[in-house]
Amino acid sequence: MAGMWTRAVMSYRASFVLMLAANIMITSLDFLVVVLMFQHTDQLGGWTLPELGFLYGTSGIALGMANLFVGSTDALGARIRAGTLDTMLIRPAPALAQLCAERFSLRRLGRPVQAAAVLAWSLTALDVAWTWDRVLLVPVLLLCGTVIFSALFIGFATLQFWWGEAKEIQNSFTYGGATLLHYPPTIFAKELVAGVVFGIPLAFVNWLPALRILDRPDPLGLPAAFQYASPVAAALCAYVAGLLWRAGLRAYRGTGS
Amino acid sequence: MPVSVKPGGPPRGRPPGTAHAGAARVYLAVAAGSFRRYSTYRAATLAGAFTNTVFGFILAYSFLALWRARPGLGGYDTAQAVTYIWVSQALLVTVAVWGGGFQDDVQERFRTGDIAVDLYRPVDFQGWWLAGDLGRAGFHLVARGAAPMIAGALVFDLRVPHDPLVWAEFLLSVLLAVLVSFGLRYLVVLTGFWLHDSDGVRSVMLVVSMFFSGMLLPIGLFPGLLGEIAPLLPWASLVQVPTDVFLERESGAGLLGALGFQAAWAVVLLALGRVVQLLATRRVVVQGG
Repeated sequence: MAGMWTRAVMSYRASFVLMLAANIMITSLDFLVVVLMFQHTDQLGGWTLPELGFLYGTSGIALGMANLFVGSTDALGARIRAGTLDTMLIRPAPALAQLCAERFSLRRLGRPVQAAAVLAWSLTALDVAWTWDRVLLVPVLLLCGTVIFSALFIGFATLQFWWGEAKEIQNSFTYGGATLLHYPPTIFAKELVAGVVFGIPLAFVNWLPALRILDRPDPLGLPAAFQYASPVAAALCAYVAGLLWRAGLRAYRGTGS
Repeated sequence: MPVSVKPGGPPRGRPPGTAHAGAARVYLAVAAGSFRRYSTYRAATLAGAFTNTVFGFILAYSFLALWRARPGLGGYDTAQAVTYIWVSQALLVTVAVWGGGFQDDVQERFRTGDIAVDLYRPVDFQGWWLAGDLGRAGFHLVARGAAPMIAGALVFDLRVPHDPLVWAEFLLSVLLAVLVSFGLRYLVVLTGFWLHDSDGVRSVMLVVSMFFSGMLLPIGLFPGLLGEIAPLLPWASLVQVPTDVFLERESGAGLLGALGFQAAWAVVLLALGRVVQLLATRRVVVQGG
């Protein structure tokens, strides 16, 4: 199905190229702002530009990959209103998989591509003592971050089973969360950082492992184990999202149309 | 309908002035209808205001960190810098920096072909959508502006004007910002007459608009040539100018200059929209045979 949507989009090749380019430019804007900020200072919250680049790149890749795979779930509310979710439920494939593949769009590659470029640059500019655990943490971080953001996309999409217009709430936590993670934890109020560690475990996407990789003190003073705990957080998030999705499907009653 | 029964039969033609009054009534009704229409999406508005608040918090902290490192940067004190974020979040949807509003409606009418019918309505095409967009903006200023502002004021030390006159100047500046924004979006929409799908143009516009409006960073902080060009472009009218008016950075002649800048762009863009519309309508006639 994803292949079908890709072919459909490719039939307007020029429009696709323009959209992909625009997509990369749009997602580059927030890093451009960070670069412009560093025209006026050489540190933000005690962190340097390459360090922010590392945060930006990792959070952008994780969000971008999650958006590519499961971002279409934000259309759930519209689907419920139009009654087209029913069609998906009677097809012999899981509704969630169908929903994700629907309108699968390669245009969404823009964000992870741009974020990967920033990450690559930051890795060359950073001065890190690459011990084996630090090296290993980078792919683990990217994988777990993608899982955590995917869980957020799906988890908050299920809100739309009960509250059809909740699409923007999902954006607050996914896009908002990624924006939060572009910046070092040191610039935010402690309560906010704590909320992001223990409430919605966003900090496990990159803040906590980055503290280990970049050898930075933890503003919350958490045990070092937290810096390696992303896989646990990711597994928990995926489990909770799965529970929510099933609860949502059970609560769902068709529009009757 | 009341008909005047004067000797000499029913009135022939309209008495002078009624045409204008009638048109004004229509536009007012369109604006009011649009205001009401957007106010029915209560849950979506609430969710949107929540998003503006979340982003407001994140960006306000990033600005605080920058101003802590460089106090007084760009001529803004720290309270002004944080207020800048909240005012710009309040304006984001009001002046449709992302595009949208009537743009979505018109694009949909292109898709369905209803656009051809629209052009033959007895109401002016541009005026109709402008009135609707003003109603939308009015609603969004209240709904998606006030709530984040209040949330921001509870946590941060904001610089809010005390003088009612400044508030009036700010509202005027927002009105002009909406006119400029409409003018830009109208031109984008009209490309639909030539392109099958104006989404590409729209995405490019979004980038330019986000960057040059001062939504991301006050354009006074742009380096070099960029910093010299950005304040002259129409997008500066959208966020930078109204926010500076709110922060009372301009007074007297400077204030008049800022408002005049917005007004001039509004006139230019609306007139340009007229011209392009004329060309586009001709094209529809040709296509329609």
